Amino acid sequence: MALLEVKNLDVTLATSRGPARAVRNLSFDLDRGQTLGIVGESGCGKSMTALALLGLLPENGVTTGSISLGGQDLLALDEDAMCGVRGNRISMIFQEPMTSLNPLHTIGRQVTEPMLIHQGMTRDEARAEAVRLLERVGIASARQRLDNYPHQLSGGQRQRVMIAMALSCKPDVLIADEPTTALDVTIQGQILDLIADLVSESGMALILISHDLGVIAETVDRVLVMYGGAGVETGPTASLFQHLAHPYTQGLFAAVPKLGSGGKGKSRTRLSTIPGLVPELADLPPGCTFADRCDLADDKCAGTMPTVHDVANDAGHRVACLKPDDAKSRMATSEAGA
Amino acid sequence: MSEPVSKNQLMAALTLMTRYRNFVIGAVLTGLVIVCAFLSAVWTPHSAVELAIRSRLQLPSLEHWLGTDHLGRDILSMIMVGAQNSLIVGIVAVSIGVFLGVGLGLWAAAKRGWTEELIMRFSDFTFAFPAVLSAIMITAILGPGAVNSILAIGIYNIPVFARISRGAANAIWSREYIMAAKAAGKGRFRITVEHVLPNITSVIVVQATISFAIAILAEAALSYLGIGTQPPEPSWGRMLNDAQTYATIKPYLAIFPGAAIFLAVLGLNMLGDGLRDILDPRLTRGR
Amino acid sequence: MSVFLAKRFLTFVATLLGASIVVFLVLEILPGDPSMTLLGADADEEAYAALRLKLGLDEPAVLRYFDWMWGMMQGDFGISYAYSVPVMELVWGAMALTVPLAIFAMLITIVVALGLGVFAASRHNKPGDYVVMAFSQLGIAVPNFWFGILLILFFAVNLGWFKAGGFVQWEDGVWLAVKSLFLPAIALATVQAAILARTTRSAVLETFREDYVRTARAKGLTRSQTLWRHVLRNALIPVITVMGLQFANLLAGTIVIESVFSLPGLGKLVFQGIANRDMPVVKDIVLLLAGMVIVVNFVVDVTYAVIDPRLKVHDV
Repeated sequence: MALLEVKNLDVTLATSRGPARAVRNLSFDLDRGQTLGIVGESGCGKSMTALALLGLLPENGVTTGSISLGGQDLLALDEDAMCGVRGNRISMIFQEPMTSLNPLHTIGRQVTEPMLIHQGMTRDEARAEAVRLLERVGIASARQRLDNYPHQLSGGQRQRVMIAMALSCKPDVLIADEPTTALDVTIQGQILDLIADLVSESGMALILISHDLGVIAETVDRVLVMYGGAGVETGPTASLFQHLAHPYTQGLFAAVPKLGSGGKGKSRTRLSTIPGLVPELADLPPGCTFADRCDLADDKCAGTMPTVHDVANDAGHRVACLKPDDAKSRMATSEAGA
Repeated sequence: MSEPVSKNQLMAALTLMTRYRNFVIGAVLTGLVIVCAFLSAVWTPHSAVELAIRSRLQLPSLEHWLGTDHLGRDILSMIMVGAQNSLIVGIVAVSIGVFLGVGLGLWAAAKRGWTEELIMRFSDFTFAFPAVLSAIMITAILGPGAVNSILAIGIYNIPVFARISRGAANAIWSREYIMAAKAAGKGRFRITVEHVLPNITSVIVVQATISFAIAILAEAALSYLGIGTQPPEPSWGRMLNDAQTYATIKPYLAIFPGAAIFLAVLGLNMLGDGLRDILDPRLTRGR
Repeated sequence: MSVFLAKRFLTFVATLLGASIVVFLVLEILPGDPSMTLLGADADEEAYAALRLKLGLDEPAVLRYFDWMWGMMQGDFGISYAYSVPVMELVWGAMALTVPLAIFAMLITIVVALGLGVFAASRHNKPGDYVVMAFSQLGIAVPNFWFGILLILFFAVNLGWFKAGGFVQWEDGVWLAVKSLFLPAIALATVQAAILARTTRSAVLETFREDYVRTARAKGLTRSQTLWRHVLRNALIPVITVMGLQFANLLAGTIVIESVFSLPGLGKLVFQGIANRDMPVVKDIVLLLAGMVIVVNFVVDVTYAVIDPRLKVHDV
């Protein structure tokens, strides 16, 4: 049994326009030391998935399915027991380091807080551990930094503090939700490397959420592509990037500007985009969520749940699509044309 | 076939009314005050000023719905005429605030720099003089009177509107279409009139409604203190002052004028909240 | 001192100066020669001259302003025209009532408003929230002097728990003095608490939506731990702003409420002053009241700096 098993996860939000399925029938599992990237456009349900894992959905959200951590069903836990899991066995790093730290509390107070509530450390022990953690995440003169306030730190430093805080109780699972999106490009790489190092050091599992395929490609072993709340393709990173089996994954990949590729002429600087807009969750078709924007889709796609196929001969690379062969042949022609 | 449609329309209307219940209740209460004021100009159940000592301090009856005061005047009639007084004070005091305050606020936002700093410091500083304090100063040199209390409340309103319109105007000035207007060679004055003012109207309307309520409260307090509207002109505050003398024997005297102030202020406050819900939904959700 | 506080201190001093100049212009220069009002139009020229000399009215206005200010700073508030005693004596006695009353009312306001506001926020969109909000909507519309009269009718006349008015001096028993301020303080606090409770509620709700609150929850803090450790202090900043603005209204309200409960405070003194054309008394009290508002707003600024470390730094 894997460390974290998510089965048929559904998150429904009650909105003024009726119930919206923010996550639909999502399943994945993750073992110690494994890294999973969840990729998709904003609003595809990747952050909702993370919040559902922590039991921190907004008040109008309802979760069904099962989330089991080390054999324990998290959805069956009451709020008090869930508080014992958060920050202790599952930790999370957020997108906005500028606003994710309390501006009125010192760094020391914020980093030691999880250790004080979960591990029963004394204040001195926690402070000593906080210094060690801050040093590990690469913050210079860590001891002095404990008494600083967030506004005295740069964005990159704040994100390092967030990481130290998330790691303070040696969690089994670390969720990083767009951890580098708000940072300068030069800092992004450093933070990603740091996260990767820490994961391999501690043997915890990592879920990295990003809309950036580059970030995903560099950091994780496995990728889960989400669209409209549903997982459309999942597989080992190399295989996924090689085959791009789902029409949406293809579109996502084509939308990334690539330097030096594309040869001569005007196509060089032109960005390919996926036609259409990201739809409102409440308006999604009952079948394949991508049917409205997919150029391969026919009438059947919008009404029928897509079937799951194995891709190539790679173990665990699966795609949920009614027309995997069309997608595959298109892939082949575009390869040939390139 | 037409029945379900009208039922649906009724439901839709009801839903709208519950969603905008602040606005609906506020509009009804405010409307009541306005109707009373206008009606009293042509008709009141009894005279609001004529004394009838023989029928003094009467309990509410069919003849005098809300009873009579210590001089035999009909309370209902006085309250109706008092509504005129409250409305006039509110309208004039808020107008002073709107015209001068919004003018200063727009000027500050258009000029920026030390003009803005000066106007805003001035606004800060007038906050140290609440309406009652200004009224005391004005009364000390000019003597008591309705005009003086209007003046005091109006002066108090100027910085209120200056601040709020300057804040709203600054937000508009940073928009792209202002850039476009500037690029088109329009001057500050023209941009202010054509683009800024129309876009901050809803904020001003909401504040005006709430300031109106505050003005009614302040006028009532000043009249109660004897430095506002002077007798025999009926005013709600003055009525309460008279009532207090007799309150131990005739408590009802103190109930009705106070209830009139309370309902008028409640109505205007709810109207203001309701207008904000309708005109600026984003603001409401953020609250 | 931080740049923020230094700026605020300068504003504070400038505002105080500006207020004193306005008071002086309005109450000393505008009304003209007070010797006319004091002696009446029939007195002879010599009597006027003697009085003008005695009151120092022949000196230039600027000098008189500085005399007045210099005196105020040393506790010399001048001599009352009407009673021929130092204004300081009159003011001191009245302050012993007005200042405790204002503080008492502010304390009630703060305790009630913070309690109700936090309660309502924690019951967001539940019956408890609606009840508190409905009461505060009603409370904001109640004229405080009317509420005072109703309190007298109910608690003093009907139940006989309190006296209908008047003030028991502090020397005659602290408890009795406090008791005689109880109803006035309640009358004053109700409206203010209604306003502040709304501010508190929306500030708490807004803070609950902040990213760092989500971080706190993700650390494993319970809702109530999050409320106490991460929400309340942060929500206090808008609440304190409104408190500062409210203080001016509270002082103004005190003047009105003193009249309702026949309390011999600054309000009563200033109205006597107006009736007696006793300008030194009026002038000093108006400046004192405005001064208190300005001081409280400066205290609010200092409190910001205490709460928010971003304002404490030396180099902004």
